[in-house]
Amino acid sequence: MPEIRNMTMNFGPQHPAAHGVLRLVLEMDGEVIERADPHIGLLHRGTEKLAESKPFNQSIGYMDRLDYVSMMCNEHAYVMAIEKLLGVTPPLRAQYIRVMFDEITRVLNHLMWLGTHGLDVGAMTMFLYCFREREDLMDCYEAVSGTRMHATYYRPGGVYRDLPSMMPKYEASKWHKQEEVDRLNENRQGSLLDYIASFTDRFPGCIDEYETLLTDNRIWKQRTVGIGVVSPERALQLGFTGPMLRGSGIEWDLRKKQPYEVYDKMDFDIPVGTNGDCYDRYLVRVEEMRQSNRIIKQCVDWLRQNTGPVMIDDHKLVPPRREEMKEDMESLIHHFKLFTEGYCVPEGEYYSAIEHPKGEFGIYLISDGANKPYRLKVRAPGFAHLSSMNEMVKGHMLSDVVAVIGTQDIVFGEIDR
Amino acid sequence: MTDSTANLAAKLEERFSNELIHCIIDRDQVTAVLAADDLLSVCNVLRDDEQFAFTQLSDLCGVDYSTYGQVDWSTQETSSTGFSRGRQENDQENSHNTNERFAVVYHLLSINHNIRLRLRCYVTDEYPRLASVSGIWSSADWFEREAFDLFGILFEGHPDLRRILTDYGFIGHPFRKDFPLEGNVEVRYDPDKKRVVYEPVTITNRVLVPRVIRDDNRFASPAEEQNDA
Repeated sequence: MPEIRNMTMNFGPQHPAAHGVLRLVLEMDGEVIERADPHIGLLHRGTEKLAESKPFNQSIGYMDRLDYVSMMCNEHAYVMAIEKLLGVTPPLRAQYIRVMFDEITRVLNHLMWLGTHGLDVGAMTMFLYCFREREDLMDCYEAVSGTRMHATYYRPGGVYRDLPSMMPKYEASKWHKQEEVDRLNENRQGSLLDYIASFTDRFPGCIDEYETLLTDNRIWKQRTVGIGVVSPERALQLGFTGPMLRGSGIEWDLRKKQPYEVYDKMDFDIPVGTNGDCYDRYLVRVEEMRQSNRIIKQCVDWLRQNTGPVMIDDHKLVPPRREEMKEDMESLIHHFKLFTEGYCVPEGEYYSAIEHPKGEFGIYLISDGANKPYRLKVRAPGFAHLSSMNEMVKGHMLSDVVAVIGTQDIVFGEIDR
Repeated sequence: MTDSTANLAAKLEERFSNELIHCIIDRDQVTAVLAADDLLSVCNVLRDDEQFAFTQLSDLCGVDYSTYGQVDWSTQETSSTGFSRGRQENDQENSHNTNERFAVVYHLLSINHNIRLRLRCYVTDEYPRLASVSGIWSSADWFEREAFDLFGILFEGHPDLRRILTDYGFIGHPFRKDFPLEGNVEVRYDPDKKRVVYEPVTITNRVLVPRVIRDDNRFASPAEEQNDA
C-alpha cells in the first residue's frame, strides 16, 4: 500500500486572485481543500501605533489608506470618534455631504468588488464596465478634495470645504479631439451636484447592464451558487457584518439600526439574502448599489435647496481662513497652535462604528487628555471575514477559494493595518 | 439609546453584583470592568441569557496603560529656559487608577436588543495571561492572536496562539509602549550573501509635535460627570 498524504499548497502572496498580499497555506486532498490557513500581515504598517505618535488631525490621511477602495468611510468613523469625544456636532449641511459621499464611496467599493470578483471568476467584461462608472465617481472625489483616492476630506467638525460650483473639464490635446472632449464634458457644465445628479439618473441603467451580464449567467451561477454557505448563527459567531451578514439572512444595517449623521432622514431599504452563499451576497451588494443611488439622489435634492456652513465655527478645533490669518492676530495664534500642537481631546474612550461598504468599521479611541490618541484600535470588517476562510472553503475545490476570497471583499489595507 | 444604556447598566449590576468591579456610562456607552477570573463565566451568561443576548463579539483588543496620562513635554510651568522637557510622574488621580499595566477590551453587540457593551479586564504586568473567549465567540480567534502578537498577552485555552500580523520570527511585541516606533531591525537584500538580511535600524524617529496635556476649561464638565459615575 502506498502511503497517501495530503498535499500542502501555497497560494499567494503574489497571485492576481489573492486581492493583494494574501498567503494561503492550503492542505489539499486531491483538489478538495481540507484546511486553509491564511497568513496575513504582509502589508502591516502599524497604522494604530503611528497614530499614537501624531496629533489627531494628522492621522486622518492614514485612515484613507486602510481600506483603500472605500476611503471616505474610513475617515468618517475616525472623525466621528473624535467628535464624540470632543462633544461637537457638525453642521447639518456637512452631515448631508458626509452621507452623500459615504454612499458614493459605497458604490465605488461595490463596483471595485464586482469588477474584480467577476474577473476572478472569469467575467472579463465586468471589470471594464465597472471601472467605467468608477471613473466618474473618482472625478467627484477629485472635484471636492483635489485627489482621486486619498481624500482627507472629512475633518472633526465637518468637512474640509463646501461642494464646488463647477466641475473640472477635459481639454483638447494631441490625443483627444475637440468633438470627443465636448462629448466628455457634456455633463460637466454645471456644478458638482449637477454632475452627481446626472450620474444617479444614468447609474440604475448601468446596474441593469451588469445584471444582464451576470445574474442569469450560467457560468456565474455555477461558480457562485452553493459556494461558501454560512448559516445565520455561524455568521454572527464569526463576527460577520455588512453584506456578509445580510447575505446569510440577518437584517442588520447600522444605517437603519443605529443611525448616525442624517441616515434616519433617508428613505432606503436593506436587501437581505436567504441562502448565505456567494450568489446571494452578490445579489445583496448589487441591490445595495441601487439603494445607495437612491440615498445619493435624496442628498443631492436636499443639498441643492439648503445652504449653510460645512464646518463648525470653533477655531480651537478648526483652522481659521487663510485671509483672516493674515490680518487677525487671534486667528494667527489659533492657526499656529493648531498646526504646531493640535487640540487636546478630553479624557475618555469611544467606539464609533459605521456601516462601511464591507461591514462594520469601528474605531475604538482612548484619549488620556493629550493632543495625540492614547490608543487607537481599528476594527476592520475584513479581518473578521478573512478569519472564517478555513470554515468557508473546507470541502470546496481549489477554484472555489478564489470565489470565496472574492465574495469576502478582501482588501489588505484594512486587514493588516 | 440613552434609556437603553441606563437599562443595560442596571441589568448588569443586578445580575453580576459580585463580579462587576465597576460599571460606568460614558458618552452613551456602557463600560463594565471585570476581574480576570470571572471573565469566562460572565461572558457565557452575556451570550446565552435572553436579557443580554450578546451574540456577537465585534472587537477585542489589548491596551497598554503604562504611559497613560504622561506627557513628553510638560507645559504646565514655564521657566526662563523655556518649557521643561522630560517625563512626568504617572498621575494616579486620573480616571484610570489601577496598577495593572495591560487590559483587554471586548466590544460586544446584541442584535436582538440593538445595544453594545464594552468589557474591560486588567491583566498583570509580569506575565499577562487571560482566559480565551474563543470558545464562546468564534470571532475571538484572530482578535486574540492579534492581541498576543502586538501586546504579548497570553490567552489560555486558545486553540492556535501564533503571531499574526508581524514577520515570521519577529522578536518583541510592537504595540507595547516601550517598543520604539521605528522598530529594532530593518531588512535589505544582500547581494553578496544572496539573501535578505536583518540589521539594526538606521533611521531615527523625530518627534515633530510634542505630546501635551492641558487643563481645558471647555471640557471640564464631562470629566467631572465621569468621575461622579
